[in-house]
Amino acid sequence: MTIVADSFVVPERRGTAGRVSDFFWRHPHVLLAVLLGPPLIWLGIVYLGSLFALLLQSFFSIDEFSGLINYEFTLATYRQLLTEANLDIILRTVLMAALVTLASAVIAFPIAYYAARYARGKWKAVFYLAVMLPLWSSYLVKVYAWKLVLAKEGILTWFFAKLNLLWLLDAWLSLPIVGGNSLSISYTGTFIVFVYVWMPFMILPIQAALERVPATLIEASSDLGGTPAQTFRHVIFPLALPGIVAGSIFTFSLTLGDYIIPQIIGSSRLFIGQAVYAQQGTAGNIPLAAAFTVVPIVIMGAYLWMAKRMGAFDAL
Amino acid sequence: MRSEKSNRAPFGLKIAAAAGLAFMHLPILLIFLYAFTTEEKSYQFPPPGLTTQWFAVAWSRPDVWAALTLSVKVASIATAFALVLGTLCAAAVSQTRFFGRETISLLVILPIALPGIITGIALRSAFSIAEIPFSFWTIVLGHATFCIVVVYNNAVARFRRISGSLIEASMDLGADGFQTFRYVILPNIGTALLAGGMLAFALSFDEVIVTTFTAGQQSTLPIWMLEELIRPRQRPVTNVVAMVVVIVTFLPILGAYYLTRDGDQIAGASK
Repeated sequence: MTIVADSFVVPERRGTAGRVSDFFWRHPHVLLAVLLGPPLIWLGIVYLGSLFALLLQSFFSIDEFSGLINYEFTLATYRQLLTEANLDIILRTVLMAALVTLASAVIAFPIAYYAARYARGKWKAVFYLAVMLPLWSSYLVKVYAWKLVLAKEGILTWFFAKLNLLWLLDAWLSLPIVGGNSLSISYTGTFIVFVYVWMPFMILPIQAALERVPATLIEASSDLGGTPAQTFRHVIFPLALPGIVAGSIFTFSLTLGDYIIPQIIGSSRLFIGQAVYAQQGTAGNIPLAAAFTVVPIVIMGAYLWMAKRMGAFDAL
Repeated sequence: MRSEKSNRAPFGLKIAAAAGLAFMHLPILLIFLYAFTTEEKSYQFPPPGLTTQWFAVAWSRPDVWAALTLSVKVASIATAFALVLGTLCAAAVSQTRFFGRETISLLVILPIALPGIITGIALRSAFSIAEIPFSFWTIVLGHATFCIVVVYNNAVARFRRISGSLIEASMDLGADGFQTFRYVILPNIGTALLAGGMLAFALSFDEVIVTTFTAGQQSTLPIWMLEELIRPRQRPVTNVVAMVVVIVTFLPILGAYYLTRDGDQIAGASK
């Protein structure tokens, strides 16, 4: 609808619908405004507006005595954010997000590779559904399933006992940092559940990137004497990398903002999402909560900029 | 990788892919087993016995029904909003050229790209600034915000495949804009919209993070689940509800898959 006709070969239409239709045809900008208006009012004004209002609050501070928000521009809240305890939370969350992303890539790659290069016909559909169903099934049910798996009396302990490997599980749990009283209250448990819940988001972008690798390129590599390992290292992996980066956007961002998984399965030490939740809820410190939300936004902004430079968006 | 034999997957790859898929599916299957366990107080494995009595117990629980009804209502209305707004956005972006077109896609994706907690708190503080009390409608508005993207993505993909000449032909044959929409565009994008709507429904039905911020005293089914996870009251009932939720979310996903599966055979796509 980019062409505006300036002479008409047909007579004008009659009736309201016809006249409105003609009007839109002659004024495509009005049509565009009608189409874009409602979604833009909601997303552009209400949603973006509330986001900015939230971020603005991070430049206010809270009065320590009255607990009321002091509406004056200040950087005091950011100073409070950068104390050692809060930096600990940020570091812990970023490290967890990075590890989860790495593990997700390792688990997702073989599935994506098989689906892209070897699955044909019916099997392709089976693979697609096998990825889509866990990806879309309920988040809380997935977390709940792991509560069942990781419980002290649950299936994992039973499995280790059957294999006479309980000593291994106990040895792991007695390790500092990653260990704990049981898997469901340790960092190991949090890590496994994060990987489980976000890993499926990694598979489809990798698969999309791998499907675009021409078979002739791989044949050329082996014709030139490359071993399968060399072909993988120098041809397939570099071409799949944008897909991995695209998938990592999801795993990284979703881990960064989550507050439910570490609350249900994990030690009592906080992650960014939990800190935000606690600050806005029980502590009632909206400015600090807002300052905390700036952290994932800034990290994701930098991450997306880097991903864009690596061409990851073409793989989405 | 020798070119003639490259259709056989290496053994190691098969194992790794199978193990990965098993990792994705076994925990969900475990939910189905636990719905039948006789054990009430713990998550004991293997279950000491199997029973179907918990289905009857869950069936007679009014709080479960209230949460389920609320979730279905919220998801239906949020999906309806998302369908209208998402389709409008998709039509504008794919059928016209204007300044800032790229920004629109970013704007639509933003509510789902940012961590849910940010969207949740932003909406919550906006509601409290505007002095809107929390209600059914604040939940719906929150859900519609992040459901738009699903409908939008499906609709944009389909709009791109509809050949422009189809629309021009309809206009040349004398149809006005509305008739073209009704008889040419809608039949072509119908299945994509249905699929997008189903996914939006599944997304909304399952959402918990934004909902905790935009719901007042009401609890949707995910909020009910979350409370049970934090403070378990009757574990077997939770097991049954979890199983029902798995089944309820699988159906729209399978439906959406079958609807978009043959998407390549859209009229005019061969061009």
